[in-house]
Amino acid sequence: MNAPSRRALVIGAGIAGIQAALDIANAGHEVVLVERLPSIGGRMAQLSETFPTLDCAQCILTPRTVETGQHPNIRLFPSSEVLAVDGEIGDFRVRILRHATYVDETRCTGCGLCQEKCPTHVYSDFQRGMGPRKAIYTLSPQAVPNKPVIDRQGCRFFQTGKCRICERLCPTGAIDFEQEERIVEERVGAIIVATGFDLYPLSRLGEYGAGEIPDVIDGLAFERLLSASGPTAGKMRRPSDGREPREVVFVQCAGSRDPELHKAYCSKICCMYTTKQAMLYSHKVHGGQAYVFYIDIRAAGKRYEEFVQRAMEKDRVIYLRGKVARIYRDGDRVTVQGVDTLTGRTVTVAADLVVIAPAVVAQPESAALATLLGIDVDGDGFFTERDGNGRPVETSRMGVFLAGVVSGPKDIAETAAHASGAAGKALSWFARWEREAE
Amino acid sequence: MRVPYFPGCTLKTKATGFESSLLASSAVLGIELVELSNWNCCGATFPLLADNVMDLAGPAHILVDARREGERVAVACTTCYNVLRRTNHLIRRDDDIRDKLNFFIDADYAGDLEVLDVLQIIRDEVGFEAVTRAVQVPLSGLKVAAYYGCMVLRPPREVAYEDPENPQTLDQLSIALGAEPVPYSHKGECCGAFLAVKSPQATADMCRPILESVLANGADAIVTNCPVCQFNLDRQQSALQRLQGGFRAVPVLYYSQLLGLALGLDTRTFGLDQHYVDTRPVLERFAVLDTPRLE
Repeated sequence: MNAPSRRALVIGAGIAGIQAALDIANAGHEVVLVERLPSIGGRMAQLSETFPTLDCAQCILTPRTVETGQHPNIRLFPSSEVLAVDGEIGDFRVRILRHATYVDETRCTGCGLCQEKCPTHVYSDFQRGMGPRKAIYTLSPQAVPNKPVIDRQGCRFFQTGKCRICERLCPTGAIDFEQEERIVEERVGAIIVATGFDLYPLSRLGEYGAGEIPDVIDGLAFERLLSASGPTAGKMRRPSDGREPREVVFVQCAGSRDPELHKAYCSKICCMYTTKQAMLYSHKVHGGQAYVFYIDIRAAGKRYEEFVQRAMEKDRVIYLRGKVARIYRDGDRVTVQGVDTLTGRTVTVAADLVVIAPAVVAQPESAALATLLGIDVDGDGFFTERDGNGRPVETSRMGVFLAGVVSGPKDIAETAAHASGAAGKALSWFARWEREAE
Repeated sequence: MRVPYFPGCTLKTKATGFESSLLASSAVLGIELVELSNWNCCGATFPLLADNVMDLAGPAHILVDARREGERVAVACTTCYNVLRRTNHLIRRDDDIRDKLNFFIDADYAGDLEVLDVLQIIRDEVGFEAVTRAVQVPLSGLKVAAYYGCMVLRPPREVAYEDPENPQTLDQLSIALGAEPVPYSHKGECCGAFLAVKSPQATADMCRPILESVLANGADAIVTNCPVCQFNLDRQQSALQRLQGGFRAVPVLYYSQLLGLALGLDTRTFGLDQHYVDTRPVLERFAVLDTPRLE
């Protein structure tokens, strides 16, 4: 048998995957980092500020994404997916599908001309529908790698056979409509799974308008409205008519803590990010009023409770303890009917904008990925730890570790700690094999 | 397909147009609804006393009779559907209640019957694409507000065959018939149901916002599946017309009436003249009444 491989595969390049990859790479080992999207950064790249310090998310993240992109020990595979994993700890054989991006990454300089001149605007997942992107695109101006990709479904040439504007304009001839997907194989000794999370779709919340009311958006969409690099350049503009919203209602526990109809668990991060969003809204729109409907405020974390108190006292956010029953459109406003259980009265707010905090859910493909990796997954799609108390980053398969929200809701600080834990576990095996090899 | 069918009392009295249009339309769509030979009252409300099994004897008797006719029973009245389906659910789930009921009505019934709404059969077994293909007189331009009521939606685990917070079946059927469903905010709000008997004012207060929402969104008609909703929304409008000068009334139609109209059937037995708000002016305006009809 070959000597155990002291390389690691990290699946998913959000803050968890980046953290784990950098820890391992900085310890002197090679990392294969696979990301499904065209660039790294994950959910955190969509955020405006972080709680409880109101640090700019991009300012924390960008140095780390840049370091990851340039690290000599990190082989980054963007627009890629893991197809198969065989073997065992120390000797995993991994097949990775590299999707065709129709842009030759060795020639592209990232000048951005193609994106600027592309005539086709399409729906942007990254912007959560708050703004469009082009058919040839990078996720954000700070994208790492800063190489655009072509979205086949949106591209005019692929759909109609005519256009090729990007190809004509590209100064380095990097556009390659003939490019095909490739499969690469890698041998690694340990695997870290950091595929993150999704939000419960608004379409499943019929009582809140089923996602059909333009001015009822989810928390990630609101992050895009707050973000200086977002579609409104950080100006507070509501989606329907671009007006500045004067009354904004935040609705927590939308799909969380609802065993009857939705998810039974607490999504853990919503109390804090909703507080942050209400606070940032109050800072941006002077004289605007933010309301937060909550069941309980769960602000367990260092300086978290103080942060919520500050929103209530300094920023005059009105907190209403109760659930929202119904949200519907009424002319150019949105009516929110709820209850304030502290006064025992029903409350109706005519809002300009409603921000929903939907349940944090597993990625829709998580069960398939668990099967592929041969590890356990729970009924909600989160990956199961070997032992939630004593072995929180290990799985039922030796050498496969978990990092971040893939095993359950976590905030950024917890995700980073969890990911460093996973990296530490992989590194301890590598150290042992290194000693044995000597 | 031949399906045993439980009509219930309302379809034989106040809602005869519902039944006649439903039977005729279903036949065209290939569903032969065969009325149970011997049926009794469903009880009209599902009893909420957990320890009184007696009130379940009536609906249980219907289920036993229906099981002799086949493995499923079709119901059109939403109230009957609610009572029968919940009784069946309870018999399946609760051994104790099942034994008591079987002993009392001298039967041996295990709950192995499917209670289905006729609308559900049209959606799932005929399919709205097939409905569209059968349409002779498309209801083009007719804007309808689909109103669902609660009886086929709540409690969801026992009765719902679609998302109770965002029901779509009547909207989809309307599209299949060529009509245009309008979005409006109150499609899932309560009409007041049986409060009409005890507290007419409460019903009025509950119907008014629904009707206002329907009107504000430009509907020409309301389409519903529920005789109680039909009655409340229809009747309240005659009161509102009296009280508020200039109140524009909208007819409240059963889905089966619209279905029969679109299928080009003879509408003389559809009871289109028996509503509080006359249905005919709107139907004439959209030229769906005066077209040649199948005899």
